[in-house]
Amino acid sequence: MASVEIADVRKSFGTHSVIKGVSVDIEDGEFVILVGPSGCGKSTLLRMLAGLEHITSGEIRIGDRVVNNLPPKDRDIAMVFQNYALYPHMTVAENMAFSLLLKGASKVEIEERVKPAAQILGLSNLLQRYPRQLSGGQRQRVAMGRAIVRDPQVFLFDEPLSNLDAKLRVSMRTEIKNLHQRLATTTVYVTHDQIEAMTMADKIVVMHDGVVEQIGAPLELYDRPNNLFVAGFIGSPAMNMLHGRLDTDDAARFVTSDGIALPVSRSPQEARGRELVYGVRPEGIVLGGPIGMEVIVVEPTGSESQVVAKLGAAEITCVFRERVTVRPGETLNVSIDPAAIHLFDAQTGIRFAA
Amino acid sequence: MSNPAATEHKPSFLERLSQSRNGLGFLFMLPAAVFLLCFLTYPLGLGVWLGFTDTSIGRTGMFIGLENYIWLWNDSVFWLSVFNTLLYTFVASVLKFVLGLWLALILNEHMPFKNLFRAIILLPWVVPTVLSALAFWWIFDSQFSIISWVLMEWGIISRPINFLGDPNNARASVIAANVWRGIPFVAISLLAGLQTIPQSLHEAAALDGATSWQRFRRVTLPLLTPIIAVVMTFSVLFTFTDFQLIYVLTRGGPVNATHLMATLSFQRAIPGGQLGEGAAIAVAMIPFLLAAILFSFFGLQRRKWQQGGTD
Ligand SMILES: Nc1ncnc2c1ncn2[C@@H]1O[C@H](COP(=O)(O)OP(=O)(O)O)[C@@H](O)[C@H]1O
Ligand SMILES: [Mg+2]
Repeated sequence: MASVEIADVRKSFGTHSVIKGVSVDIEDGEFVILVGPSGCGKSTLLRMLAGLEHITSGEIRIGDRVVNNLPPKDRDIAMVFQNYALYPHMTVAENMAFSLLLKGASKVEIEERVKPAAQILGLSNLLQRYPRQLSGGQRQRVAMGRAIVRDPQVFLFDEPLSNLDAKLRVSMRTEIKNLHQRLATTTVYVTHDQIEAMTMADKIVVMHDGVVEQIGAPLELYDRPNNLFVAGFIGSPAMNMLHGRLDTDDAARFVTSDGIALPVSRSPQEARGRELVYGVRPEGIVLGGPIGMEVIVVEPTGSESQVVAKLGAAEITCVFRERVTVRPGETLNVSIDPAAIHLFDAQTGIRFAA
Repeated sequence: MSNPAATEHKPSFLERLSQSRNGLGFLFMLPAAVFLLCFLTYPLGLGVWLGFTDTSIGRTGMFIGLENYIWLWNDSVFWLSVFNTLLYTFVASVLKFVLGLWLALILNEHMPFKNLFRAIILLPWVVPTVLSALAFWWIFDSQFSIISWVLMEWGIISRPINFLGDPNNARASVIAANVWRGIPFVAISLLAGLQTIPQSLHEAAALDGATSWQRFRRVTLPLLTPIIAVVMTFSVLFTFTDFQLIYVLTRGGPVNATHLMATLSFQRAIPGGQLGEGAAIAVAMIPFLLAAILFSFFGLQRRKWQQGGTD
């Protein structure tokens, strides 16, 4: 096991710059998730860690070694590919044993390593099957088994669950998390799914367009998003955003561009007079209060009710614990907890610190 | 007319045929079957029949049983041609396979002007055989050979190599020409095969600690075997039945050293006039070809890892 240090790493394909200076420190044994929309460069960064892509500039360290020019086979890293990349001509057992075989391990040694790994992943009965004869979830496990058997310094996962159905995805999430708790191997995990990131990570790295937008623990990102991008990306349903300004007379009030007044708990000096974005999560809106909204859609899920309503010209999503009985077209009165709101600069997108 | 069943329309033969799955299938296959019958089965049958007769040019022959074959059995030139054919096919096929695979691997790498190189590789195959054979004829000329000239300029040899005059030189020369001509087919087909292997498998193997040789040996080659089996079967069949190159370059000489079964058959039948005997030689090729086809049939069977499930 080892720590990983990514220092000001850049990557261009020809003149097309894909990673524009990324720095991340990953501690020994940490479970770090790179999350961001498709095409933001997550896979590229992961592949640079693995040694499958050349690093244009910057430095990557694994343990205390700079690995910039080390070929993949010398990095002691195991990777689980999105398409699993199982060797079709080898059985499950052979797939898992391949790296050991290359190292010249004895038959006994290979058996000793493959058996327990298969046990952990519930593959013991499938060892003699070929990848073609397995379901998607089973292939996924074999890909993980191949990584576990290696006992590497670092595990890399590139969207390992994206080819599975929703139910399997949820159970695999728990399984991967358990596995990490058991093996405590440093893990870098790429996904575009923020729920996966929130539920599994020790630390989340939010990427956008080749740069890191924010690094932090899941709840830290949820409670204190650095900027509009992170605020909009983390959390589901997404944070509501309203344009407007602080009231010039009473700075403890926010006035939307439609002229609706909303509460704020504090009004940072530097935010006054500027074009702002008022952010409030669907859970930050509570039933009953001075703000009237016209209901558009009500979606009860049983455990909670999701309501989409109109506030001025903007559509607002609310999630209530209570069951609400309003109908589309009716007016719903709500209030906003001033402690739960965020203010961002509309121009730079940066959040005004508490 | 009160009985409704009586008014029911009785389907005609054609209508029934067009309703029946098998009948319709037969109908659609008919043109192809007629075509095959006319252009494949008839000449083949005629050839086999001729082999049992003493037909010569200008004279209808009569059935003489196995006499042609008995004659050939005791004919040392025939056995020499069998040996030549096997040697020619074996050496040329091995070389075409090794060089073709090597070329395919190179062309599969990232390199500048990749498409240009791929197009160039196809050239020997596109040029008509007779034309390339004529070019080789010059290359192998006993006096004006460019190879001899270059080697002499470099001072490696003192007099021109007698490429086509010496039996073993001649064999090597025709094999070289055949290899040159056959490589594009092998290389391009194997290249297509290589491109079906996902890049991520190579990457996974690299991460698993495989050197480039191990990646080739344990990932690329096993995944390529089904395509190798097809390509090499065709290559062997083409080589075994080769005629044009030999006919232009050596006409089977010197002293029959490069006579293949196909060229000997032609020589005995057309210039020699012994159609029956020529046909018998050609028929004698059939068992070899069948053996090659059977061999590949078993080689081509889906391997265990290719069966079951889908991707
Ligand atoms: N080999 C490549 N050549 C050129 N551009 C590439 C290559 N690989 C990735 N890219 C580009 O880099 C960007 C990031 O890709 P990727 O890292 O795969 O994104 P993500 O995994 O976050 O969806 C994309 O715009 C993609 O087009
Ligand atoms: Mg990706």
